[in-house]
Amino acid sequence: MNTYLAAASTATIRSITLSLFLVFVLVTLAITVWASRQTRDATDFYAGGRSFSGFQNGMAIGGDYMSAASFLGIAGIIALNGYDGFLYSIGFLVAWLVALLLVAELLRNSGKYTMADVLAFRMRQAPVRTAAAVSTVTVSIFYLLAQMVGAGALMALLLGIKPGQTFLGMDPNTAKVATIILIGALMITYVTVGGMKGTTYVQIVKAFLLMIGAFLMTVLVLAAFKFNLSSLLGEAAAESGKGTNFLNPGTVYGKEVAGDSLQTFYNKIDLLSLGIALVLGTAGLPHILIRFYTVPNSRAARKSVVWAIGIIGTFYLMTLALGFGAAALVGGEAIKAQNPGGNTAAPQLAQALGERYLGGDIGGATFLAVIAAVAFATILAVVAGLTLASSSSLSHDFYANVMKKGQTSERQEVVVARFSAFAIGAVSIVLGIWAKDLNVAFLVALAFAVAASGNLPAILYSLFWKRFNTSGAVWAIYGGLISAVTLVFFSPVVSGAANSMFPKQDWQWFPLSNPGIISIPLGFLCGWLGTVLSREPADEEKYAELEVRALTGAGAH
Amino acid sequence: MSTETSPSRTGSYTEVQQSPEFSALRRALRGFVFPMTVAFFSWYALYVVLSAYARDFMATKVVGNINIALVFGLLQFASTFLIAWWYERYATRRLEPEANRLRAKIENGAAQ
Repeated sequence: MNTYLAAASTATIRSITLSLFLVFVLVTLAITVWASRQTRDATDFYAGGRSFSGFQNGMAIGGDYMSAASFLGIAGIIALNGYDGFLYSIGFLVAWLVALLLVAELLRNSGKYTMADVLAFRMRQAPVRTAAAVSTVTVSIFYLLAQMVGAGALMALLLGIKPGQTFLGMDPNTAKVATIILIGALMITYVTVGGMKGTTYVQIVKAFLLMIGAFLMTVLVLAAFKFNLSSLLGEAAAESGKGTNFLNPGTVYGKEVAGDSLQTFYNKIDLLSLGIALVLGTAGLPHILIRFYTVPNSRAARKSVVWAIGIIGTFYLMTLALGFGAAALVGGEAIKAQNPGGNTAAPQLAQALGERYLGGDIGGATFLAVIAAVAFATILAVVAGLTLASSSSLSHDFYANVMKKGQTSERQEVVVARFSAFAIGAVSIVLGIWAKDLNVAFLVALAFAVAASGNLPAILYSLFWKRFNTSGAVWAIYGGLISAVTLVFFSPVVSGAANSMFPKQDWQWFPLSNPGIISIPLGFLCGWLGTVLSREPADEEKYAELEVRALTGAGAH
Repeated sequence: MSTETSPSRTGSYTEVQQSPEFSALRRALRGFVFPMTVAFFSWYALYVVLSAYARDFMATKVVGNINIALVFGLLQFASTFLIAWWYERYATRRLEPEANRLRAKIENGAAQ
């Protein structure tokens, strides 16, 4: 009988997990200090000196993108609900084609440090940069909050601290708070000390560890089924208690509610809405966009996206094996007993595989600890990327170009960026502690929806539509941002349902959990309306400059 | 390394933009990326719509426990990898040489 975290091995697992995590923290801090010595000017701080190769940046993009939600979340959804988790993986991957074909190279050629460099290129600086900074900080804080709250819960879970128990004098609640503070402190350190250079190396190390960990588990899962995918799926379906439906779409998303055709209709529209937000959100995420500035030219930017597609795609294929493997080898009941959301499916699978292949409890404990440490590394790298993106935007867009109207030294800008990182980190810690027991998993999907509704329309119009002007850019960003956030606020994920953020309150009237299907077209519409309704003519000379620079790389930073 | 090169005469970016070489480059880029975006987006939308509304079709078994839903999903991976590879090849062969030539022309013009 495979009881997760049997009392005998709990201490072993904890000490191995903590030691490995400590090693990761020490190594990354050493890298950060080294990177800080290489960080001399603003280009180093914001863009890592534009010195990374396509492959390095591809790894770092993977490190930024493959969050705990991907690793633990998707594996967990697949383990408990089967096929539907795969929908997420597909949306998250296909999304990269938008970045590759329409955004990466043009952005690299025409921008300098932030997303707003391109948006404000031919517009009036203050309104566009303010809007971009608001949107960047909003998206990043939503995303950060989801990661930090997730990390708190995970730490208590992975260290096996159950209600009523204590570890190092901490009950589960204190452990959550301590984790959130620790993660916040580390991400502030990476960003303020190491800048983009330090953060990029943290992403690369993390991506490497995550790929190795996932690869080992995948091979062991497949080996357990003699590399026969069909028998893995069969066993997973049998153990799930859901039969063949486990292998079909529809167990979670677009659920058919018998006798309630309206709810069924809403559920299916909700699935389409999620699908659209996933595929259009990625190319509007500020922490992803600034990664394109860390390479020397557009050729390297393109190659880094191609590498990222290879790395991320391989990873999502592996999560399929992990999820179905966990269903087959651990079983739905055992996973739910540990965590109803399935977030511990991957670590539990690691334990089962360790027991099977490395031998006994110790083998299981060791492999579990390794994967738990990888999960923490994953969270840390993602939050560092988000903190950097929002502090860069606050400093470069809002401080330097709005408050100081461009009249400031780059040195001063970097100082402000460091303070901003500190402030963003502090705000995230406070919000994280406040929200630690709330269900905030929806915030990742919301971040994608805001990015797709506000940022992406503004970016695409800026790059491809000659007539686009200041008021169009401002309308697009605020229109998409406000509509996405408002619709989610009145949706069942915030109130009015048993698994809402505030389950006891009810101000819900919008039936969908994902606003994308309304807010994304609205964002594009606002951008168009704002442009045609404004009397301000487009700056044709500046558009000529933007277009020529974007396509040829002339004058690129 | 920011090599700030703005052409000496205002309007020379406009000149480049209106040159036949630049139009050709823009056509080559847009002629690839726009249709390709429409193609992969429709292909992906088809997958999502079938997942929502054609459950029986998606549940059809192909081999053993492998059903159409899984095959369709894996094909989305395959098409993403394929398009990335294809664009990389196209950009390296068709777009980059022309972009570099124009860029050299602009930057030399600016230096004089």
